[in-house]
Amino acid sequence: MSPQSTEWETVIGLEVHCELRTETKLFCGCRNAFGDEPNTNICPICLGLPGSLPVLNRTAVEYAMRIGTALHCQVKPSIFHRKNYFYPDMPKDYQITQYDEPINVDGWLEPPGGSRVGILRAHLEEDTGKTTHVGGGGRIHEATHSLVDYNRAGVPLVEIVSHPDLRSAEASRAYVDELRAILVATGASDGKMEEGSLRVDANVSVRPSGSSDLGTRCEIKNMNSLRSLGRAIEFEAARQIELLEQGGRVVQETRHWNEADGRTHSMRSKEEAFDYRYFPEPDLVPVAPSAEWVEAVRAALGLLPAERRARVASAAGLAPDADAVVTVVRLDLDSLVMAAAGVGADVGLAVKRLANEVAAEMDGAHHLDPDAFCQLVLLEGRGELTTAQARTVLKHLLDHGGDPRAIANELGFEAMASDELGGAIDEVIGAHPDEWKRFVAGEDKLQGLFIGKVKAATHGKADLKAVAALLQERRKG
Amino acid sequence: MRAVPGRISPADVAHVATLARLDLTDAELETFVEQLGVVLDHIADIAALEVAGVPPTAHPLPLRNVLRDDIPRPSLNREEVLAQAPDTEDHRFRVPRIMGEAP
Amino acid sequence: MSTPGRAAMTALDLAGEVRSGRRTAVAALEDCLAAIAADDPEVHAFNHVMVDEARAAASSVDRKVMAGDDAGPLGGVPVALKDNLCTRGVPTTCSSRILDGWLPPYDATVVTSLRAAGAVLIGKTNLDEFAMGSSTENSAFGPSRNPLDLSRVPGGSSGGSAAAVAAGFAPLALGSDTGGSIRQPAALCGVVGVKPTYGLVSRFGLIAFASSLDQIGPLATTVADAALLLDVIAGHDPLDSTCLSGQLPAARAKLDGGVDGIRVGVVTELATAEGIAPDVSARLREAAEALANAGAKVDEVSVPAAVYGLSAYYVIAPAEASSNLARYDGVRYGLRVPAEDIGSMYGATRAAGFGAEVKRRIMLGTYALSAGYYDAYYGQAQRVRTLIIRDFESAYESYDVLLGPTAPTTAFRLGAKTADPLAMYLSDVCTIASNLAGHPAMSVPFGTGDDGLPVGVQVLAPALGETVMFQVAAAVEAVAPPRTPPKQGIEAR
Repeated sequence: MSPQSTEWETVIGLEVHCELRTETKLFCGCRNAFGDEPNTNICPICLGLPGSLPVLNRTAVEYAMRIGTALHCQVKPSIFHRKNYFYPDMPKDYQITQYDEPINVDGWLEPPGGSRVGILRAHLEEDTGKTTHVGGGGRIHEATHSLVDYNRAGVPLVEIVSHPDLRSAEASRAYVDELRAILVATGASDGKMEEGSLRVDANVSVRPSGSSDLGTRCEIKNMNSLRSLGRAIEFEAARQIELLEQGGRVVQETRHWNEADGRTHSMRSKEEAFDYRYFPEPDLVPVAPSAEWVEAVRAALGLLPAERRARVASAAGLAPDADAVVTVVRLDLDSLVMAAAGVGADVGLAVKRLANEVAAEMDGAHHLDPDAFCQLVLLEGRGELTTAQARTVLKHLLDHGGDPRAIANELGFEAMASDELGGAIDEVIGAHPDEWKRFVAGEDKLQGLFIGKVKAATHGKADLKAVAALLQERRKG
Repeated sequence: MRAVPGRISPADVAHVATLARLDLTDAELETFVEQLGVVLDHIADIAALEVAGVPPTAHPLPLRNVLRDDIPRPSLNREEVLAQAPDTEDHRFRVPRIMGEAP
Repeated sequence: MSTPGRAAMTALDLAGEVRSGRRTAVAALEDCLAAIAADDPEVHAFNHVMVDEARAAASSVDRKVMAGDDAGPLGGVPVALKDNLCTRGVPTTCSSRILDGWLPPYDATVVTSLRAAGAVLIGKTNLDEFAMGSSTENSAFGPSRNPLDLSRVPGGSSGGSAAAVAAGFAPLALGSDTGGSIRQPAALCGVVGVKPTYGLVSRFGLIAFASSLDQIGPLATTVADAALLLDVIAGHDPLDSTCLSGQLPAARAKLDGGVDGIRVGVVTELATAEGIAPDVSARLREAAEALANAGAKVDEVSVPAAVYGLSAYYVIAPAEASSNLARYDGVRYGLRVPAEDIGSMYGATRAAGFGAEVKRRIMLGTYALSAGYYDAYYGQAQRVRTLIIRDFESAYESYDVLLGPTAPTTAFRLGAKTADPLAMYLSDVCTIASNLAGHPAMSVPFGTGDDGLPVGVQVLAPALGETVMFQVAAAVEAVAPPRTPPKQGIEAR
């Protein structure tokens, strides 16, 4: 059931919270670590004890600048604000965040094969603690009480807010996929959605196709994977369309995605709307990175995914958004492509093998030594190994590592030198003079006979394509 | 910019008390309406001041870029902290039922 | 120079005596503890006396002295701490029920500095709850009383610290000043009280009231003692982002410098502010004349924005406080009123834990920040703050220091102003502008009012102007008339 009927258009904006891979928290020296025993990484500051004060982590600022730069944002002088509300996972009952003067503004991101998505801002803020609801199956409304762990409180986050430029669940997934790759490339994040270091909220609305006004949006939370993101957006868009088509109105609210029943649910509590009473954080001073620092961050940024795809595409003569190119870069196999290019191997062949055979066996990818891979591509490219043989050797390399020539020898795949092959062909021609005369005269179907004979004579080691090529050569001469 | 109202209504006071998570008795509500009204009247004079074009001062002194290195410091002893807590369970702070999700 | 109360010796002298071995720290401490035991039941300067800790610290000082080691600039000197300063393992309550019994797991930076300087921390003093008030009547544990007249307030919010020094319970105390909370009680109790330049003293471990205004500062019987204490607690702290670094002024540098040629401006708007009593005005005039006679160039100067401070303060301070006090929610420490759900718990806990003045200010502050009102109140107040800074800076182009009253009247009677919050707020009119500007200011005793109770004169200086401020304050002290303590104080018995 596609919400993209001729009548309706879905409009999506995404807010992605990204935990930064710093050693310590945003405002204190407690360790920023996942999975430690509850309440073991706490101090007066991140616990918000009376009298405590925040001091900003330099590396968190650096990482925020890397992210902004990678997203083509402008890095600006910024200040912090307090966002005031009561919740037990908030030690101070306010969150230190950035409001109308954030560190990064006005960027964009272009997923492969997709259109450009504007990025409004990417700002710094502190994370909250973690609440576990006890009783009632862990669901908040049936719980008897809750337990709070503040290990995560104060962990640095960068919140990346897109413009509402996305138009489908698929485009949204592609955006998050590319964003995650960019975040990992900056070194600022490990991109692990499943560990919660990357969290996505979606603002979804619908409007009649062709309209330029925005419909009322709902904020969807609790999507823990790309798949959930896609399903939730589709469900929500359909929900809103059905509501509107029946003459109802969409209520602006926060809704939770429920993976089990495949629906979003309204989470309106009986409390009133939140008034955050933002005001500038008086315990912190403004951050104004020098031009030198901004430039140093820009210069030190490694290759971003788009640049890596462009590089592979160029070397292999493919389009940057070709599936094989996208796959190779997503799986971090592009260094192998460039190594192959470096030794003069057939780059297109290298890409093919990586995007197919290696992609299917990523568990073994770490066994794959770049030199060995290059050797293998060269062997196959020169015809010293057949395609089938090359695939087999590759599987061995993935399973156990090793040297391609040695593996080929072990398996009896001796590489045939081309003069050896020529010799075998001449022998067969010599043994079948009548058939050869007829083949030279134009009986093409006899090629199969000769190929079969050469194969038998070489015990299957000859590369059949090479044989065919040599036969054609001889035929002309 | 909304004009300064001067007097504050009981509904306003009740709303503010809710935002601040303060349970007020009816008597307190009445008293606060009166007292806050008096104070607000008095401070309304700053609304009349001609301050267009004057930048706000958030900090009396012009400090910038106060940063610390990303180096771990010792955390608190968990037991010492939990000993001060009104209620704990499983090495965590225990609170009664939470009625809604975080914003 | 007259010293009120029973402090037999200044801190400077005591430190010298201990250092030379002529007196033990333990003996000095026992004198103070005896005075506390005799008179604090009436004065109620202290919420908590750190008897065991103090004795251990005093013994430790004496051992060091006997071993020939340096006991520190404050070695053996008892120091009282306002009960909004975190002391590890020692109850820190802010005189509020909501923190009754709370033991901080860490020391405030100033406490660490004091310990390192050899000070003997003697106890936690009473204050208006969460430092909100001007009389110490807002304490959840009962008011403190003015040692010079027990029917009167010691001022606030650092009333306990001022009373402790005035009563001779300790030669030194630390208070905090957000709108005048060190200077006003100092004036009312006849002691010296100093609010330093914002950022000169670390706020780490000071339980926050209004973050952009709060400063910790010394109370003492003499200007020299206050300078000694300030120089120990001042300095950069990496745990406070709003703390200054680099070249910082020494309060003691020019105490004997005199005032020859120093330009002193008497602030017209402060001297003639609404509510300033005639006897207070008279003392100010006399102080100005005495300084002129001592060689200063004294004149009147207009600082128009100085009187806008009250309104701006009563927006900014409650706004920041409403946010700073949100953390007192019964979840992690302090009072919790049990309830079925967390929203009810929050509401009931904070209702039971906070007194009326704190609730009033939280609501005022919440209102000022709430949707639709931010620009009209908070935004506007921050702009007024800029005007105040500009007016002061303009004045300091022509003057080295400014002069004004500290408090509008002498100490008022307990209960005199509690019915009318606005009346209480008006007593801050002379002190508030310095907090908004972040400039240093201090109160020096100068004679008495018609009722025989102490009057304080305020010396104001530009940011980081502590050296000249103390220089002039010492001169004021030197020319101050002697004071005969009134009969209702503790010395009369």
